Amino acid sequence: MTTISIRKYASENGALAGLLVLALALAISNPAFLTAQNLVNVGVQAAAIAILAFGMTFVVVAGGIDLSVGSIAALAAMVGALTAGPVGLVVGALCGLVNGAMISYGKLPPFIATLAMLSVARGLTLVVSEGQPHNTDELVTFLGSNLAPMLPLPLLLMLAFFGITGLILTRTNLGRRMYAIGGNEEAAKLSGIDVRRQKLWIYALSGLFAAAAGLVLAGRLGSAGPQAAAGYELDAIAAVVIGGASLSGGVGRATGTLVGALVLAVLRNGLNLLQVHPFWQQVVIGVVIALAALLDSLRRR
Amino acid sequence: MKVTRRIALTLGAVALAATACGGTGASGGSDITIGLAVSTLNNPFFVELQQGAQEMADQLGAKLTVVDAQNDATNQVNQVQTLVTQGVKAIILNPVDSKQSAPAAKAAELASIPLISVDRSVEGKVAAEVASNNVQGGSLAAIELGRATSGEVGHLKGIQGASASRDRGQGFEQGLNSGNIKVAAEAVADFDRAKGLNETTNLMQGHPTLKGIFAENDEMALGAIKALGARAGKDVMVVGFDGTPDGLKAIQEGTLAATVAQQPKLLGSKAVEQAVHAAKGESVQQVVDVEVKVITKQNVAEFTK
Repeated sequence: MTTISIRKYASENGALAGLLVLALALAISNPAFLTAQNLVNVGVQAAAIAILAFGMTFVVVAGGIDLSVGSIAALAAMVGALTAGPVGLVVGALCGLVNGAMISYGKLPPFIATLAMLSVARGLTLVVSEGQPHNTDELVTFLGSNLAPMLPLPLLLMLAFFGITGLILTRTNLGRRMYAIGGNEEAAKLSGIDVRRQKLWIYALSGLFAAAAGLVLAGRLGSAGPQAAAGYELDAIAAVVIGGASLSGGVGRATGTLVGALVLAVLRNGLNLLQVHPFWQQVVIGVVIALAALLDSLRRR
Repeated sequence: MKVTRRIALTLGAVALAATACGGTGASGGSDITIGLAVSTLNNPFFVELQQGAQEMADQLGAKLTVVDAQNDATNQVNQVQTLVTQGVKAIILNPVDSKQSAPAAKAAELASIPLISVDRSVEGKVAAEVASNNVQGGSLAAIELGRATSGEVGHLKGIQGASASRDRGQGFEQGLNSGNIKVAAEAVADFDRAKGLNETTNLMQGHPTLKGIFAENDEMALGAIKALGARAGKDVMVVGFDGTPDGLKAIQEGTLAATVAQQPKLLGSKAVEQAVHAAKGESVQQVVDVEVKVITKQNVAEFTK
């Protein structure tokens, strides 16, 4: 009984405990870490990855993967900068819908469909931007700004998306179907769920969240760059996995993903504060991801 | 939640043994700590810049904290914020993209920490600017290629949207009219040697009469030379950019006609020099121009010591 409950506890709160350990160790070894300003900075720094990762959580819970979120974020931000922010959101959702259609109706594996979109969306970003960064309008710049000192909007947006993700996963039919599809797609189909249709929505949601993350990023810089968010899909997947979701589907929570994104941000911030050489930082981050995944595999043993 | 915290505290005590001794922080001693925010260390050029900075910092008795943005402009803003938190006395910024550098500059300005830009310009308030001109370097490359050959040439471009590629490409186009060369074909090879090889193979397939190739960095130029084989330096002239050790070797061997060197180590050391002045509140030289140099077989010996 005790072994089981410890395991259950570790799987549900492992990431959170890890985050707290990390934060505590940093607080003691460097006084600059536990300042209000630095903690707010970490929150802002986690925001874009967290929002991407919330979208990714839907996909992963439903047993899929979305490699295109970084590129979609860049495309949406660029379209947003060239036209208006909301147009960027629409473009992001449309890219996600195309992903969903390729997976549902084209029967492509999610890995392949979204890998194709990764390339297409990045290419389109370069096409529409002509390879140049473009300044964002006031609305988008506002998304990246501070409402008041110590009250940055990216941080609030991250929390808002956290709330929305939690609601969708636990309080809606779509959310419950995500778990059903990810748990056992055949069973979900046999129980009358229109799996193909649900997948359309799931990938569209991921695209929409990616677009929002892209706008937040661009807002922070006051400009959308053609190479923005390159490689962020991997950070988003890492955040979801560190948060305890299973890449084989059916498992994952909004809280876990938030903690996962914070772990990555705290690590990056802390490793710089501790003056760890940049080359070693990548090693440490990789080890943390591996440990988190090991925890996941341990749980399912 | 409470239980979690208790467990975390226990674990934290263990973890501390490992980390606490490693974290000296910025608080110790009266040493001046300078932050260096580099665009990427995944490129020999910036590694050399960092080495030059480190050497000068050691010489001046300053402490250097290096952060690497891995070519991500947002990540760089985060890192500059972290340097500010850490209480460094001056920040040297090598922006990922000049046009997206304003927020990073702002973070330093708000904390009244002097900012020194290096290699690329920064949009915002800087105490000193240490740079060599990429656009000018591109023009010099075009002039040199026009001197070495005439006729149709190919243009190998770096990562699209990257400022180094933009500036060098723009300078190259501006310098074209000085000689008797014309760009007949362009390809993107992402500053990568292997891609330079493939793309040059493709270019030569479509335009077998090309007389020269300009590559926006030495890595791509070396790829092009591989693709050209025995033709490199004989009937097809290749001009690169950067002056990396491999590039200089190719010049000695006669396969690379010329390269444009930016002297990254000098960029790094000059930046630290100004940063230390600024940190001490001494006067700084606002613009430090580190000359770009065309290296050919005639003068290559000066650069390979």
